[in-house]
Formats: sequence, structure tokens, C-alpha cells
Amino acid sequence: MTEKLMGNPRNAYGEKLVELGARYPNLVVLDADLSKSTKTILFAKKYPNRFFEMGVAEANMMSTAAGLASCGKIAFVSTFAVFATGRAYDQIRMDLAYSQVNVKIFATHGGISVGKDGASHQMIEDLALMRVLPNMTVLAPSDATQTEKIVELMAEHKGPMYARVGRADVPVIYDRSYVETLEIGRGMIVEDGDDATIIACGTMVDAALDAHKILLKEGISTRVIDMHTIKPLDEKLILRSSRKTNAIVTIEEHSIIGGLGAAVAEVLAENSASIRFKRMGIEDKFCESGDPKDLLEKYGLTAKHVVRQVKKLLKN
Amino acid sequence: MAYYTEKQIKELELLAVKIRKYIIEMLYRAASGHPGGSLSAVDAIVALYFAHMRHNPKNPDDPDRDRFILSKGHAAPALYAVLAELGYFPIEELYHLREINHMLQGHPVSLYTPGVEASTGSLGHGLSFGNGVALAGKLDGKSYHVYVMLGDGELDEGQVWEAAAAAAHYRLDNMTAMVDRNYLQIDGNTEEVMRLESLREKWQAFGWYVIEVDGHDIAEILKALDEADHKENMPSIIILNTVKGKGVSFMENNVDFHGVPPNEMERNLALEELDMLQKKLEASM
Repeated sequence: MTEKLMGNPRNAYGEKLVELGARYPNLVVLDADLSKSTKTILFAKKYPNRFFEMGVAEANMMSTAAGLASCGKIAFVSTFAVFATGRAYDQIRMDLAYSQVNVKIFATHGGISVGKDGASHQMIEDLALMRVLPNMTVLAPSDATQTEKIVELMAEHKGPMYARVGRADVPVIYDRSYVETLEIGRGMIVEDGDDATIIACGTMVDAALDAHKILLKEGISTRVIDMHTIKPLDEKLILRSSRKTNAIVTIEEHSIIGGLGAAVAEVLAENSASIRFKRMGIEDKFCESGDPKDLLEKYGLTAKHVVRQVKKLLKN
Repeated sequence: MAYYTEKQIKELELLAVKIRKYIIEMLYRAASGHPGGSLSAVDAIVALYFAHMRHNPKNPDDPDRDRFILSKGHAAPALYAVLAELGYFPIEELYHLREINHMLQGHPVSLYTPGVEASTGSLGHGLSFGNGVALAGKLDGKSYHVYVMLGDGELDEGQVWEAAAAAAHYRLDNMTAMVDRNYLQIDGNTEEVMRLESLREKWQAFGWYVIEVDGHDIAEILKALDEADHKENMPSIIILNTVKGKGVSFMENNVDFHGVPPNEMERNLALEELDMLQKKLEASM
């Protein structure tokens, strides 16, 4: 395969925040001693007055952001996904979701591709935790370009939102014009086909696209959906795909419980869709330290695994 | 410094009795809720809303208003009664506390109730939220002040101390916290459940200006609030030495009335006592 152009969603976020800082004088940013990793440091340098370093105290950071938002601020809050959602869950529930304030959580280091830090830092439950909260929008952008667009939309939309990206550089999938029409709550058909549908989010969209190419060579055509919005979920697109193709595979860098795959399963089951279906993700276990590539391989999250799964489903 | 006449203070004391009567009736009709911590918090909330804060019931969202955040959300009846008495919403709503299809939830919700600044009830959040409001005020060059009332049992929560550190770090002199120091929490005496003392030294060590007053002496409370408002460069905290269940003899210092409402007999007795107190006050005016 030819070398892919790479980009980093964290950098895209940091740079976009700086740009939005000029557009929105009421935009503020909070971080919990991870601004160099989440890239909010770029905003901090440009707008020191509107950046709040909160120290290693995520619960306090989340409620403080809610207080700022209650005074008309657009508050972006960043830290690693594991601390954002796990450590500060009650604060998100009470002060953000229940109160419907304009706080945007942008979490980095989601999923197992965080790598060597180990399972303590590999967040595979965040989409589930955020999805069950009423009023919460849940997003998982797939590349740097889409991240930029999604951050823009987060600033425009009112209400609490959660977005997560990974740590690593990821291949650039889209050019700017392609994501310009992106809407929150509408999945994107990136490739189309008739045999099976692969619904992916975040870092797994690229793997799904690779699987699409490999399968095509073997005479199997797949539709690939980039489901950047986990909630509200594009139910219509899922149901249309269930009628158009013979199988659906979901893939996410997240537990198979409670995330994208579970959300798709709920839609299919409640609409009595009769279709072959498989959730791919982390199978209800904690992973381990290791090189991101090796981890994705060991825990079954590569294009090769998707290919195998699609073929298996279509054979049944 | 603001000056209050003896008559003004008496009027506030009378209002506090009236609020306590509302609380008893509300909790009796709701047949659930928290009398002890509502009654201990009344005098400070009355002092704030009726004499100290800049606010307008006709314009609850005025961006320049002072803010009061009830971090100990279970004392909601005290806040609701004060807000209703001020005209934020009809008095009638008070008697539908905790009722389905009605506005007043068991714990305060900012979305539903005019005048309620923050949704509380899960302890430990309010000071952090207040810090956010105070930071916004500084950022926007506003002169409003933020008041946050904490329970003493609530100070067991780690988040309170995260917020205490942050308020001092950001030199939030537009923040005044208050602790309703009634020494009782659900499982018993605060010092037996999870030792809090020395409270004054703890807050001082975190970088706060500490004032300690009798939390049922409205003149003292007002003096302390003034002092806190004028303290520069650091946040202030007023430790309100209070009595849980204050104003109703059989509820005072009685932990059984933390989360148990009065029955009919207890309600009648309580209202009788408060009526007597009211008459005594009126006679002295």
C-alpha cells in the first residue's frame, strides 16, 4: 500500500481553537495539567486570559466550566478521555447534562491506540458513559480534517457535547471541501457498495476503508459509513443500509458494550431489521501496554479483521 | 460599610420566622425532605436575599446580578421559600414541592426554577460552579459577587477542596463561601463521622480569608458579608455557627430530622412555636 498522508486530530483541535478564539470572544478553554498533550496550549499562548489551567482536578474543572457557561461563555474542556468521563462523571451528569449548559468536552487519548501507558489510560467506555446521559451529544471524529469541522460545529451548537479523538497521528481521509457539508447527527457514506455495510467511527474509519478496498478486489462491495455522531444517531441511514446490503459490521476503538455497535444494534432490533450483524471493538476486557499497532492487531481492530468478519457474515 | 437599623434587623428576623413556617408547611405537605439543614441555613439566606445581594426578581437573568449558589442542595426548601417570598414565582408553588408535574424538584434545578443558579443535590459541586461564575465575572469586568453556601457534612467531598485551592489560586475576591456549621450530618456528629476540625485553619491554609459568626445572628451575618465583600485579592469564607433544626425546639440538634419531614402533630407543634416567636418579635418592635 502507498504511504498515507498523516494528520493529528489533537493538533487540528488545538489550531482550530485558536481560530475560533478570534471568532468567539466568549470562548474559554479549561485544561487539567495536560494542555501540552491535548494541544489546548496553543489557545493558552494566544489567549492567556481566556485559558484556565485547573491542575490535576478534573471534577472541579468540569463544574467550573459549567459555571462559566452559565454566564454566557462557550467553555471547551480538555483532558484525556479516561479522566474527562470517568473521573468527572457526576459533574458532567449534574452540571452539564441535567443543566443543559454550553460546555464542550473535547477529550483526547481515547481508545487503546494510546498504547504503552496501558489500560489505566486506554479509555474504552467513554462513548457508553456519555451516550446514556440525556441532553448529551456524542462525537468521534475520524481524521484531522473532520476534527476541525466538528470543533467548529461544537462551538456553533448550543448545549453539552462530548467529542473524543485518539492520541496518535491518523491517516487523512478527507479534504476540506468533503467535510464542509458535515452535519451533526448525519452519518457520512464514504464508500458505497451492495453486499455489506461497515459502520465505523473515529480511528476505525480508516481501517474500514482499507477493508473496503481489500474486499473489492475479492469481488465484495461494501458501503462504508463514517458515523462521527454516536448520539443523536443517524437511524435512517442505518435502516436504509440494512435494507440495501446483506450484512452490517460496526467497528470502534471502544468496548462492544454501550458504544457505536450497541447503539446500532438497538436501532436494528427495535425496527425488526432482519440482517446479519456483528459488533467489532474491545470485547469486554481491559487491554495492556504495547505498541499501538500491535495492540490493534492483538485485539482485532485492523482492516484484516474487518475483512474476515465481513466474509464470515456473508457466508452464513 | 452598610449600616442597618435595629428595626431593619428585626424585620429580617421576622422574615426568617416566616420562611421557617413555610419550610415546615412545605415539608409536611411534601411528606419528604430535609428540615434540619433547611432550618439551620435560613438566617444567612434571608440576610443575603433581603438585605445584601443585588438582584431583581423581575429579571432573574440580569447579567449583573449577584449570585447565590446553594451547594447543599437538600436545603432547597429554604431557598425556594425565600425566592417565592421575593416574587420569583408564586407562593402557591411552595405547597407542591416534590410533586409530579410541578416545578419545585426535591433538589434545585437551574433550568426549571427562576432564581435558581445551579443544579445541586449531589454534594461538592457548588463551589466549583461558583468559581466558574466568579471567573466569568472577572473576565467580563463585572462587579457582581458570588455567594456559595456549603453544608459542613458536604466538606467531606474532595471536590470542595479542589475548588478551595482553585479559588485562592485565581484570587477570586468576588467569591464568598459560607459553611452552615451545624455539626450534624446523616450518620451523626461531623467530628465522629469524618473529622473536619480545625476548619478555620484548613481554609486559612488553602489561602482563604476566614470569618466566623453566629449563623443565626442576622446583624452579625450582614457585617461578615460586608467584610467579605471588601476583602481584596483572596476569596472569603464565613463559618456560620448554626444549630441544625433551628427555631423548632424538638428539631434542634436532632439528627433524626436531617431527612425526615414532620408529621401532622409535629407540624402543628412547630408552627405553634414559630407563631409564638413571631409574636414575641412583633411585640418588641
